[in-house]
Amino acid sequence: MSKPKVAVYDFTGCEGCELQILNCEEYLLDIVGRIEIVYWREAATPPAGAPNRYDGREVVEADIALVDGGITTPHDVERIKKIREKSKVLVAMGSCACFGGINALKNDFPMEEVKRVVYGDMARHFETIPAAPMSNYVKVDYMLPGCPMVKDEFLKFFKSLLLGKTKWVLPDYPVCVECKLKENVCVFEKGMFCLGPVTRAGCGANCPSFGVGCEGCRGLVPDPNTNAALDVLTERGLTLEDAVKRMKLFCNALEPVSRLDVWTKTE
Amino acid sequence: MVDVYVPYVTRVEGHGNIVVREKDGEVEIRWEVPESPRFYEAMVRGKPWDVVPHITSRICGICAPGHTLASINAIEDAFNAKPTLQTWRMRKLLSHGGMIQSHALHAFFLALPDFAGAPSVIAMAPTHTEAVLAAVRLKKLGNDIADLIGGRAVHPCSALVGGFGRIPTEKELLQLRSKLQQGLADIKLMVDVYRSVLPNIPKFERKTEYISLHWEKEYPWIDGDVVSSEGGVVSYRDYLKFVHEWVKPYSTAKRAKNVFTSYAVGALARVNNNFDQLSDSAKEAAEILQYKRPCYNPFYNNICQVIETVHCIEDSIRTIERMLADGLKEEGIQKPSIGAGRGVGAVEVPRGILFHDYTFNETGHMVCANLVIPTNQNHENIEDDFRAWVPKMLQEGRTDDEIAFNLEMLVRSYDPCISCSTHTIRVEFKRG
Repeated sequence: MSKPKVAVYDFTGCEGCELQILNCEEYLLDIVGRIEIVYWREAATPPAGAPNRYDGREVVEADIALVDGGITTPHDVERIKKIREKSKVLVAMGSCACFGGINALKNDFPMEEVKRVVYGDMARHFETIPAAPMSNYVKVDYMLPGCPMVKDEFLKFFKSLLLGKTKWVLPDYPVCVECKLKENVCVFEKGMFCLGPVTRAGCGANCPSFGVGCEGCRGLVPDPNTNAALDVLTERGLTLEDAVKRMKLFCNALEPVSRLDVWTKTE
Repeated sequence: MVDVYVPYVTRVEGHGNIVVREKDGEVEIRWEVPESPRFYEAMVRGKPWDVVPHITSRICGICAPGHTLASINAIEDAFNAKPTLQTWRMRKLLSHGGMIQSHALHAFFLALPDFAGAPSVIAMAPTHTEAVLAAVRLKKLGNDIADLIGGRAVHPCSALVGGFGRIPTEKELLQLRSKLQQGLADIKLMVDVYRSVLPNIPKFERKTEYISLHWEKEYPWIDGDVVSSEGGVVSYRDYLKFVHEWVKPYSTAKRAKNVFTSYAVGALARVNNNFDQLSDSAKEAAEILQYKRPCYNPFYNNICQVIETVHCIEDSIRTIERMLADGLKEEGIQKPSIGAGRGVGAVEVPRGILFHDYTFNETGHMVCANLVIPTNQNHENIEDDFRAWVPKMLQEGRTDDEIAFNLEMLVRSYDPCISCSTHTIRVEFKRG
């Protein structure tokens, strides 16, 4: 069997999820040995025989496309559609690609305003659209949420994909479950705030295990009771507005958080 | 007729294009940054102070520890809070973790293939097995530090304003110390590898202004004031006296200047400005690698990353030993007293000096923020290097492909982190 062709593409984001692949240090050479990398701008110059320069508009035929970052410009929309056409399997890596992630924080402001704040009177040169889940534009086959995506989850997923398994299920229970199994002291007891009750597990309750509250970076569990979570946060001393802002950190493009209409404009 | 266009330079973090185009006898040289704009300065407005470091960490996957630390410094500066000695030592360790990881990734994985004549580090694996394995271990060492101290290497979670969510155990620190000792042996090997490729490093030099932190007590990472190689020191809070930011239409990344039309930040700037404070082994490495101060060859940025890696490993060992000698303490998180005010966090991150400048209202919500990213400060300097080097290469009769390759290599030597700075690289080269 020939090696599967893998392309790695990035959109708007911090490239931390690509870095998570490189961070699989001890497994990296094993992984690379079992695939053919046909595109990865961040890590390699094109192999001999390939088009001699990568072009941003260039998209190559691949069996597996690993994509990180969010779709936040009209150009991004066109490019992800081309990637979808040329890729047999499309994998969204990280929260920006899966559901908008941190980029969606700007959705609370008019786009003209965010441009003006950063670029002043040069704002007209820059295009931007509200951040949205990649699945709003194309069919996404697999999602690996998290900010960054979880290394162990990526390794487990990628191994099963290379073995030809097509079923991949994310945990449908909250971070609290993993946190209890680890016997952590609940961070609420330490006077901190935590989104563990409504956030999708799979990270091994990383942050509470390091003594800090869950930021909600893996997105919401299915059917989240966000109202109850807001109640818990406000009972512990947050204003409703701050509780909502906390929930919006990564989930601002996700229902029902995107509908929480607390005005977040500065005075 | 020159015609070079390199869209999306490879082996850099983020997107950038190089354009060299001859038209009517004049050569137009551009370093374009088309990375999608990010808008962090807009997004943080109105957010409560305690979530701000979690947001700004996401500016960059590679420099996440640095962004987290700059953010924490800025918030503590605004609220007049001071870290405990143990917290400060842990922050420095987190910074070293980020620095070692990033320097190893750049100097050994992204830049070294250029000097060794290989397309990627993967292609080097069969011929340079020992070196590649040492490089992998060094990168992992950086991540191990950040994982243990920061709770996660990419976007650390446990470093907070007022302390750390978790203090490592004595056993964990001792294990880390023994990994660091292995690291000293690995970096020695990599110093030798870099010495062997020195003849392949271009001899290009251009007088440049270098800006970095300077701290009287030790080599600066998370403390100190702003110093220029062209003279003068300003308090970190007055950084705007040195950093003059402006916008170019073909570049989503902002640019900066001070004395000349551009200046440079990064490992070369830091070593040029703070050489005397490097550790003894780092100074030895500098001698082996033929570094002489002041160095105006931008390719030496890679060399300086290697030198700094030596320093960071040594200093990490020393810091851990001091922590253990003083005894580990559960200090809890010190809550700052919230009030209206402005705070500046100035730290050295792998690519250079980074500023986070925040203004909060009386309830501790962000009114406005200014983030000055190292790569932004380098963009114009890169373009100025192009302007100085391209005519020389044309005189020498270099082909378009050679020019394009050299310019790409030059860009990579700056280790641009374009996601961060977008606020990137493409080589467009047209002989008219």
